[in-house]
Amino acid sequence: MTLPIQSSVAAETGNPSIEPGPQEGVDVEVSLESLSQWQLALRRFLRHRMALVGLAVFSAIILIAIIGPIVAPYNPLDIPGARLEGGDPPSLQHLFGTDDAGRDVFTNVINGAHISLAVGLFSTLIAGIIGVIVGAIAGAAGGFTDNLLMRIVDVTFAVPLLFLILVAAVFFGQGSMIALILVFGLLQWGLIARLVRAQFLSLRETDFVEAARAVGVSNLRITFRHILPNALGPVIVVLTLLMASNIVLEAFVSFLNFGIAPTEATWGNALSNSQGAMEDGNWWWAFFPGMAIALTVISINFIGDGLHDALDPRARL
Amino acid sequence: MARFIVRRLLVAIPVLFGLSVILFLFLRLLPGGGPAEAILGQHATPQLVAQITATEGLDKPLYVQYLNYVGRLLHGDFGASFIDGREVAATFLIKFPATVELTIGALIFAVGLGIPLGRLAARHPNSWIDGIVTVISLFGISIPVFVLGYTLAFIFGVELHWLPTFGQLDPRLPINPVTHFAIIDAILAGHWYVIDAVAHLILPSIALGTIPLAVFTRITRASVIEVSNEDYVRTARAKGLTDRRVNDRHIMRNAWLPVTTVIGLETGALLAGAVLTETVFSWNGVGSWVVSSIQNHDYIVVQSLILIFATIFLTVNLIVDVGYAFLNPRIRYS
Repeated sequence: MTLPIQSSVAAETGNPSIEPGPQEGVDVEVSLESLSQWQLALRRFLRHRMALVGLAVFSAIILIAIIGPIVAPYNPLDIPGARLEGGDPPSLQHLFGTDDAGRDVFTNVINGAHISLAVGLFSTLIAGIIGVIVGAIAGAAGGFTDNLLMRIVDVTFAVPLLFLILVAAVFFGQGSMIALILVFGLLQWGLIARLVRAQFLSLRETDFVEAARAVGVSNLRITFRHILPNALGPVIVVLTLLMASNIVLEAFVSFLNFGIAPTEATWGNALSNSQGAMEDGNWWWAFFPGMAIALTVISINFIGDGLHDALDPRARL
Repeated sequence: MARFIVRRLLVAIPVLFGLSVILFLFLRLLPGGGPAEAILGQHATPQLVAQITATEGLDKPLYVQYLNYVGRLLHGDFGASFIDGREVAATFLIKFPATVELTIGALIFAVGLGIPLGRLAARHPNSWIDGIVTVISLFGISIPVFVLGYTLAFIFGVELHWLPTFGQLDPRLPINPVTHFAIIDAILAGHWYVIDAVAHLILPSIALGTIPLAVFTRITRASVIEVSNEDYVRTARAKGLTDRRVNDRHIMRNAWLPVTTVIGLETGALLAGAVLTETVFSWNGVGSWVVSSIQNHDYIVVQSLILIFATIFLTVNLIVDVGYAFLNPRIRYS
């Protein structure tokens, strides 16, 4: 009996909010051209020139990581000895020069790509999966569960990550790539969890969730169909940036000799070997692996910038 | 305001409590013969085992050990390294000033350059100036600290001989460590030795400050652009106020809010980020101490340093939060 009255009241008072404001313009565009949110995001991403450059460079790096070891000019395990003490400078035989043991720096840079990318990608995936699950539970459950989970996250945040990683690397098998991936992933989900939870809290109050609830959609379905997909945009952006930072982190850890076994050709190990070489003027040992890391991270960050504009157009940073 | 501070303090306590329990259990659950042997690892000698068992009370029940541990912490006793026997607290007081000095140097570089760059980009959004600033800041975020550090050391130290790349002071100068802040000690020693201290600080500060520089540039740009689009700024312009007045009084006052928060957060990150910079530039601070302690398996030192860093980090966060609430009344009353 009361229903018709309520709806008529809503029609009178609720009108202004139905009018498309400047922000709802995006939604209007959706209905007019009937593009999904993801299609719109893709369109925005393709308009982002820097992101496309980043994507092209990053694709090339992935290609190098896959086919590089096959086409590399030298065997990375070959230690022929350098002609000059302290390594040979770049030449036609050795494009990036050699280190003091005569190892070809170019070959090492190419061979290091797949380890850096694998550590970056898989550790980020682990952090992302745990973070989304924990964040979603905290955001959906609220109350005690939420409080407990967020205090655990607080503890992981209070300690400088690099310290924890170094300690963990000492404990859980120094020298193994899988151990490093697990350590990175298991220590970094807190950031994602916090973000997903914040998304849940703000999305829970939105009109479309309220509408879904009013129509009688179950809580489970609201969580998975309405909130989670909308929360994912910013999460993807942060995961991209996290992957870039994990690639640097792998290099940090190897650089400090806590990482992957020094016999493996990784970018961090190449830099670690080159400590002191710079001071002797043998810049090429450190320069090329360093540039490889920087180029990879820059290209990922450019992609992240584009994704940010594409997926999260209202909160531009 | 007082209530706000108390509430924030109450949040920090369970975090520190949880962390102390984890660190405590971490040392007790190490694999190895008895608990003392496990803590000492390769350093174990019968004498040290007896000593550690006594000081840590390892023969008592766990909860007694934990209460003793917390009791000692509250008295400022962070234990001693079992390698060189030095008190953690005493060594910390010698090394921490060096890290603080480096952090301040990096902050001055990052704030001094980042905020003007961000404002410049925001004044001409989407222009070529903005494009260049964006690319620079993306590069800044992406270059690993040690790559940048070694490159700077190579160019300005090895090739050009303009700046020192090693330590905080020329060891040949007769400077007494009084405060352990190299610059203050150098000023106290007179003879313009302070120039040497500042010269030593330049390259490490740039290396450490580049990532925050990029972060500050981006947040300043975003914040200024956002505030510039507010209605009250349009009103101010419509009233016919000068450009300068609108910028200083209407835009910057409000744009500062997010910028100060990020500066505060980055300060905490910088203290920890000093680990790599200190290693590259042989800076005798807490960061390089952490690395060597972990390398040497000096677990009592590691345990205490993690707890000290967490406390500092939480304190910095608290100051940031309180400062933010002070600057922005909207937070205080919500």
